[in-house]
Amino acid sequence: MNKVLTRVYFTLIAIFLAAPIVVVAGVSVNEKQSLNFPPQGFSLSWYGAIFTDAGWRSALFASLILALTAAALAVAIALPLAWFLWRRLAPWAQVFQLLGIAPFTLPPVITALGLLTFWATTGFYGQPWTAVISHAIFFVTLPLVTLSLGFSAIDRSLVEAASTMGADDRTIFRTVVLPLIMPYLVSGYAFAFVLSLNEYIVAYMTVGFTMETLPIKIFNALRYGYTPVMASVTVLFVVMAALIFGLVARFGDLPKLLGANAADDK
Amino acid sequence: MRREPPKTALDYAPLAFPAGMLILFFVVPFATMIAVSFFKRDPAGFYSTAFVFDNYARFISTFFAGVLGFSLMLAIAVAVVCVSLGLPFTYLLARMSRKAQILWLVALLSILSLSEVIIGFAWSTLFSRTAGITNLLVMIGLMEKPVALMPNFGAVLTGMVYQALPYTVLVLYPALVRLDPTLTEAARTLGASPIKAFFTVVVPALRNTLIATLIMVFIFALGSYLLPQILGRPQHWTLSVLITDQAIYQSNMPFAAAMAVFLVLVTLGMVALTLLVGRKGEAA
Repeated sequence: MNKVLTRVYFTLIAIFLAAPIVVVAGVSVNEKQSLNFPPQGFSLSWYGAIFTDAGWRSALFASLILALTAAALAVAIALPLAWFLWRRLAPWAQVFQLLGIAPFTLPPVITALGLLTFWATTGFYGQPWTAVISHAIFFVTLPLVTLSLGFSAIDRSLVEAASTMGADDRTIFRTVVLPLIMPYLVSGYAFAFVLSLNEYIVAYMTVGFTMETLPIKIFNALRYGYTPVMASVTVLFVVMAALIFGLVARFGDLPKLLGANAADDK
Repeated sequence: MRREPPKTALDYAPLAFPAGMLILFFVVPFATMIAVSFFKRDPAGFYSTAFVFDNYARFISTFFAGVLGFSLMLAIAVAVVCVSLGLPFTYLLARMSRKAQILWLVALLSILSLSEVIIGFAWSTLFSRTAGITNLLVMIGLMEKPVALMPNFGAVLTGMVYQALPYTVLVLYPALVRLDPTLTEAARTLGASPIKAFFTVVVPALRNTLIATLIMVFIFALGSYLLPQILGRPQHWTLSVLITDQAIYQSNMPFAAAMAVFLVLVTLGMVALTLLVGRKGEAA
């Protein structure tokens, strides 16, 4: 009885979570440019249109380049900070940990507006690279959290051993620390990448009038009516996110990354 | 290896880049925003330097009070619905096999990472007349003809719960997955039904987690600004929508900044409340 109830509850939640995606996937294969479900006819041409239509293609590439670079910059900020906090005893340096977590915790519109006023004041408003920095700051929380977790999981006696054998900080970092935190580094990058790809308001406030990322393009298109490319792009994004998080789970310990005990503890 | 305090300048070197970036591109913009909130609007440019309280004085209107009240009410409703749905879900999820957990976590993360634009578009499709759920009801004969289910408050709430539910589950997950299973086992041994054990043992043990989660989801929902625009009418617009609108379309950056500062204060007040509750819980 209890098992049945659990199953029913999980099924209902699954339907709730999947329903919009299923409908959008259905809509995306309509043969004509119409919003119909169940779809009328079957055609994958709207998936092709993402790459053949110049507007959608450039939005896709703008988003990909933004996400790739912003996530890299976020990791570049988070890695030395997390390493420093792990290696050194400096309680005041926790302030920077807090600063790294704040942008993501506050409502996004605040970070977005802060950056907008900043870029407007400094005169760089609208430059594409400002979006990279803005996203890196906005998402630095993710690699910072995963890397802090990774560092705290390192057995310090390993480092001690390397140090006794005469290795200096640099050698220890390259040969012992880096391999151990690599899964956390990769997943931090992956989280920041996927979220940057989907981010709307920070990108819109900083470069909304000069550059069209994919979420901006979808919203602009939504205001002028409907095109099935919105549906196919949505499906593409869902698949991409599932694939990336699936890979993170395949090569890392996803439950542990999200706060559970390690798999072998159980 | 012992952790040592940094001594030489070289020891501090790794901190330079992250600290510089965070100060220059987070602290300074934040300060700029606060400064701009006291500036005057300049119709020709962004703003002109001044020191006025006009932007804050503008809050004191029934319109603004209405928007603020609606934003808070909406965020509270989203938080309550999400935690009520998410708590039993996460509790049961944490007791599943690791493989099943991973599958669900990947799905939840994928939905959580979805752009608000995409969620808005997906639900507007689901609520539409031509491709929506009402077509399904027509097909099985429950309805005469398909209707549009938006824009209205229910649509906004549904969309926002959809957006915040994966977040709620992921916030609850660490606490629930580490919850000592012997707690409920003891209750079961003493004859409590699983549901009774859940409400009399699990829920009280997680009181602080639940309050913290409610507040975190509340803040998360406060940040939603596209869903009210896509799924609702103008009277369903939240403070976040209004800030964007003032900053971008009305070119009134100082007023937008003042509203944003106000939103920060509300958020910080909430965080302070969380910490207070947490401390009280520790003392008890």
